[in-house]
Amino acid sequence: MRTQAKVGAEDLLRQLAPQVLGSLVRRYGHFDLAEDAVQEALLGAALRWPEVGIPENPRGWLITVAARRLTDTLRSDQARRRREERAAAMAPPDELVASPRDEYPMAEDDTLTLLFLSAHPSLSPASQLALTLRAVGGLTTAEIARAFLVPEATIAQRISRAKQSIKASGIPFELPPKPERADRLQVVLHVLYLVFNEGYTATVGADLQRSDLTAEAIRLTREVRRLLPDDGEVAGLLALMLLTDARRAARAREDGSLVPLEEQDRALWNKRHIEEGTALVTEALSTASLGPYQLQAAIAAVHDEAARAADTDWPQILTLYEMLERISPNPMVTLNRAVALAMVQGPRAGLDLLSTLDADHHVAEHHRLEAVRAHLLEMAGDHEAARASYRTAARRTTSLPERRYLESRAARLLERARTSTARKGRS
Amino acid sequence: MKYVALVYTNPGAFEAMPQAERDAFMREADAYLKEYQESGELLEGGIALADASTSKTVRGRNGLPAVTDGPFAEAKEQLAGFYVLDTETLERATEIVAHDPAARVWAVEVRPVMDQAGPEM
Repeated sequence: MRTQAKVGAEDLLRQLAPQVLGSLVRRYGHFDLAEDAVQEALLGAALRWPEVGIPENPRGWLITVAARRLTDTLRSDQARRRREERAAAMAPPDELVASPRDEYPMAEDDTLTLLFLSAHPSLSPASQLALTLRAVGGLTTAEIARAFLVPEATIAQRISRAKQSIKASGIPFELPPKPERADRLQVVLHVLYLVFNEGYTATVGADLQRSDLTAEAIRLTREVRRLLPDDGEVAGLLALMLLTDARRAARAREDGSLVPLEEQDRALWNKRHIEEGTALVTEALSTASLGPYQLQAAIAAVHDEAARAADTDWPQILTLYEMLERISPNPMVTLNRAVALAMVQGPRAGLDLLSTLDADHHVAEHHRLEAVRAHLLEMAGDHEAARASYRTAARRTTSLPERRYLESRAARLLERARTSTARKGRS
Repeated sequence: MKYVALVYTNPGAFEAMPQAERDAFMREADAYLKEYQESGELLEGGIALADASTSKTVRGRNGLPAVTDGPFAEAKEQLAGFYVLDTETLERATEIVAHDPAARVWAVEVRPVMDQAGPEM
């Protein structure tokens, strides 16, 4: 069990992590080494603070400890270089040992700068995720490894590889230039979206480490929203996360099996999240320029505001998917539009739209296409074809709970077919 | 996505290789593992298996498990070990595995690992 003191200290540490790192990097440079030093200071604090209490100036404490650690590393690196090269030191020692107690100006943008740096387009997505969680989120390598179900060594490799490429490319520690900023922000938001999804899809007990990631993604997105309050897509992403996470308690049973949206117990939905998300997206849609996260959030809001599945405003959802497909065309959006179309105009209309995706080799192989087709065939009353599609989808998915769900849908149709044959036989 | 790479080799053919060639093969295999572990795509903790002749098989017979030696398969290739990749796509996983020397000489099967997590329905 985590004690109250421990949770309080952890929350504080995660919030301070990017500020401390920002101060160090602006003062000393050496992003890679500074990041290691901050991580060590955080680990030290995580052990110490719950025992002895949080210091009066926690940020100052962390900066002092991390700076000492960093200057030690720089000094020993320097000493090694000196031994190796038998050459004079490159930096005057007093600059390296300068007391960190004096003023470190607090830069509001440090968190944002770190997010842009961690989600630099030159890094692989896996490295972007790991570095964002550690440098900005203040998570330890071990925590990230547990969340992504990979060995700690692998996460350490990804982080060190990411830092090496940042160092090698000489990316400065500052916000990207204005003309690039919108595109770069898209990458930052995508990384946060991936972190959220990684946590959200986790369902059962063993996966609780992973579901912490949703809270972390929401926390970081709130942070971005605080720094960029006028950006519609930032608001849209935060709204999308809240409106999706609102359904978390209802989307899986205790054994980990999945509950589809129309069968969820809506009393379990998180009303506070729904209210906040709906307000956010409503405001964004009326004030900012339109974007895909806002539209996805709007669709989630329409689902969430229906008291019963039967009350869902499908015509509105269909319109929103049409808009989404116009501004960001993608086969997965078409797939979802087919569901909405089926709900408005009947399953055949949805199936016709799906058949346009069969030509796309990439989607045709995807289990989601077969799963949606199965669902629409079932709606259309073609149970035999639906069963075949459920089975194909079950064989193609790589998610265990989804495979079980699809198999149970297929089994249910078989059961029904048997019962009706038996009934016919008796009459 | 995680993928398991199942490495199939032919022990007879491997033993028949000249010593220098076998050493070169092992060096190449080690370098391969190291390179992709360092890129953060090949997970630490791959497993190498003893020869299939040391296997036991537990198989149901008349509803009860029975233990037999082997499989003693006459097949030239046997499962020699496996390791796990964590990559964005299956394409990337097969691209990496193409650098495994076993894939050049024998065969490496790449198969997705089932995820305990499930998407929104």
